[in-house]
Formats: sequence, structure tokens, C-alpha cells
Amino acid sequence: MSKAKQVLLNPIFNDNPIALQILGICSALAVTGTLYITLIMCVALTTVVTLSNFFVSLIRNHIPTNIRIIVQISIIATLVMLVDEVLQAYDYESSKTLSVFVGLIVTNCIVMGRAEAFAMKNGPLMSALDGFGNGLGYSIILIIIAVIREFIGAGTFYGFEIMPLTTNGGWYMANNFFLTPASSFFIIGFTIWALRQWKTDQIEEPEFKISKNSLEAERRPG
Amino acid sequence: MLEAYLSIFIKAVFIENIAINFFLGMCTFLAISKRIQPAIGLGIAVIVVLGLAVPINNLIFNVFLKEDALFPGSDLHFVGLICYIGIIAALVQILEMFLDKFLPSLYNALGVFLPLITVNCAILGGVLFSIERNLVFTESIVYGLGAGTGWALAIVALAGITERLKYADIPEGLQGLGITFITVGLMCFGFLSFGGISL
Repeated sequence: MSKAKQVLLNPIFNDNPIALQILGICSALAVTGTLYITLIMCVALTTVVTLSNFFVSLIRNHIPTNIRIIVQISIIATLVMLVDEVLQAYDYESSKTLSVFVGLIVTNCIVMGRAEAFAMKNGPLMSALDGFGNGLGYSIILIIIAVIREFIGAGTFYGFEIMPLTTNGGWYMANNFFLTPASSFFIIGFTIWALRQWKTDQIEEPEFKISKNSLEAERRPG
Repeated sequence: MLEAYLSIFIKAVFIENIAINFFLGMCTFLAISKRIQPAIGLGIAVIVVLGLAVPINNLIFNVFLKEDALFPGSDLHFVGLICYIGIIAALVQILEMFLDKFLPSLYNALGVFLPLITVNCAILGGVLFSIERNLVFTESIVYGLGAGTGWALAIVALAGITERLKYADIPEGLQGLGITFITVGLMCFGFLSFGGISL
């Protein structure tokens, strides 16, 4: 696998920003109620992280180490402001629904984290690729959560009715729990479980091994 | 009058808890919640920074950035984000120097968490919420302190649970991050029950 392809594809499953790096979780939980809003958020974040990585990398040799955080933050904040203005101009309704979460991309740790960890050490094109890959990794987890939440919570997929609700004379009783943001904690938790079952090298070492000598452990080994 | 402030405070701590109901500051929330001691330190730091940053930024918004605030016809709200984040960064830096000089014991206790707070979305989120809801200056002080207290309460509660969890027999793939997510999800139910309180 060539380096470029690796940089682009690695963050999607092998080094996922949400599931492994614990970055950018705030928005993953709050904006996943419907698929449409989620897609807007994904596009906004991917744009910001790609461009910020590109620009930070472009001037990386001229940034003094002491004030690099402030420089990175100003670049990121400028980009986020642009994205926010564009969104307000073209899709005001969604911008209202997302409320403060577009602005919060500034402090989204994925953007800061990638600028600090990758863009400060690599060339502009590679950094842009890395940003795009991390944006995709973030988007994939968000889309999984949004599809599950919208399907079970409202019986729809991207706004189209799949399972007619009892309130509209159909047969499906909507599960309101999935409309509350609390459900996304469980969905992310189980998504991480599934991902780690597949990519076993991501499993965290337990701090304490439960002793195998107890009767309980003998009855069910492993 | 006092009643109105009290209701803003209670609302910010329990009903609209910034960590549990709006998921702000989640990254630090999940990463620092393995032990109670650092969780308490971080919680205090967040209370202090939110209690200062929210009113200051609220003032900046109302004096400079709001429509017609500077002179009739001026509208600078689009540079808001960069102002807020700059002020938060400066505030954290000043607080750090102040603590280092006058309260070294607290400074050592907070350690690396203090600079990290700059990029904690709970701070910026609190600021943006106070502006979106058009709180006046005095209300924003109460809101900032309340939001900070709510966040501190949530992280200390989670750290308490996680500390006990390390003795539990958890499936391999769920260990660490996975089980923490599910724990927070369960905590959410607890906090959802505050939603029935009407103030």
C-alpha cells in the first residue's frame, strides 16, 4: 500500500478518530438525531480539517514553537467562521438546528489533534490527505449512529418513511429513547465493541486481571 | 430576583447539564475520568474558567460585537468565534500565571489540565449558549458558574463509577472506552429524570 493511500485510509477503521483516538466525541453524540443534519456536520468538519491541515502544514516551518497553538487556533477559527457563514447563507434552517455545534468545530479535538500530530511534521499535500481521511473516519461513525437512531427512533431513513408509525396509521411504534441523545452513548459503545472484535489489536489491556482461580472463572473460561 | 438567578443555576447544573445533556467537553470527560483525584482538580479548573470566560465574553459580545452596539449600523458578530477563543486562551494563560505565583499548591494540583482547558469545548460551548440565549451580564455569571458546577459534578460521578469498574469482569472488546460510553449512557438516564422539573 502506497504511503498516500495508507495516510488516507488508515483513519477510517484502523486508527479511527472517535473509536480509538478519543477525539471529537462531543459533536458525534449531539448532532446525530437525523441523517441529513449529520451529513451537513460531516461535510463541514471534513472541509475544516482538510483545509486546516493543509494551511498549518504550509506555514509549519515559520511558526515559532511557543505560540503554535494560538496560530493553529486562529487558522482553524477562521475556517470555521467561513463554513458557518456559508451554511447560514445557503441552509439557514439546518444552521439553526445545529445551533452552537458548527462553531464548536473550533474546539473539536480532531482538528487541533491532527494539526498538532500530523500537519506540523508533514508536507501540505500529505497533511490534506490525512485531514480528509480523518474527516472520513469521523463521518463513518457519525453516519452509522445517525442511521440507527433515525431508523429506530422515527422509522425513517434520510427523511423517507420506511416503517409507517402508529401515529400515522401504520404499525411501527416509534422508540422515543433513540431520539434522546443518551442513546448515542450506547450506540457508540457497542460500535466500538464491534470494531474491536474485528480489529483485535485495538483492545485495551485491563488494569487488573480477574483471577482465574475463583469458582466463577472456572465455570466459564476466558 | 434571587429566585430567577437560582433557577438559572439549578437549570445549568441539573436540567441542562453541559456534559450529560449537551455532550460538551466529552473528550477530556472520557479521558480524565479514570481516577477521582484528577477529576476533582479538572472539575474545579472548569468551574473557575467557565465562571470567568462566560461573563467576559458575554460583555464583549454586548459591548462590541452585537448589532448596532459599537455605532449604529455596525455588525461584527461574524468575528465572534475568533474573539471568544482568543479571550479564552488569554484567560487561561493569565490564570495559569496567577496560580503559579499566588497559589502554587492549586497550580501543581491542576498541572497539565489548565492549558488543555483552552480547547475544551465545554468552555466555548458555555460561552456560545449564554450568547445564543441572550443572557444579561449578571445572569451570565450565574450561568457560567452553574454550567461549570454541573460539568464538575458529572466528571466526579463518572470517575467514581470507573474506579469501581476496574474490578469488574468486562468482555475484552468492551474494556476501557466501550464500557465508559455505556456507563455515561446510563448516567444520562439519571440526569434525564431531572428534565421533569419545571422552573
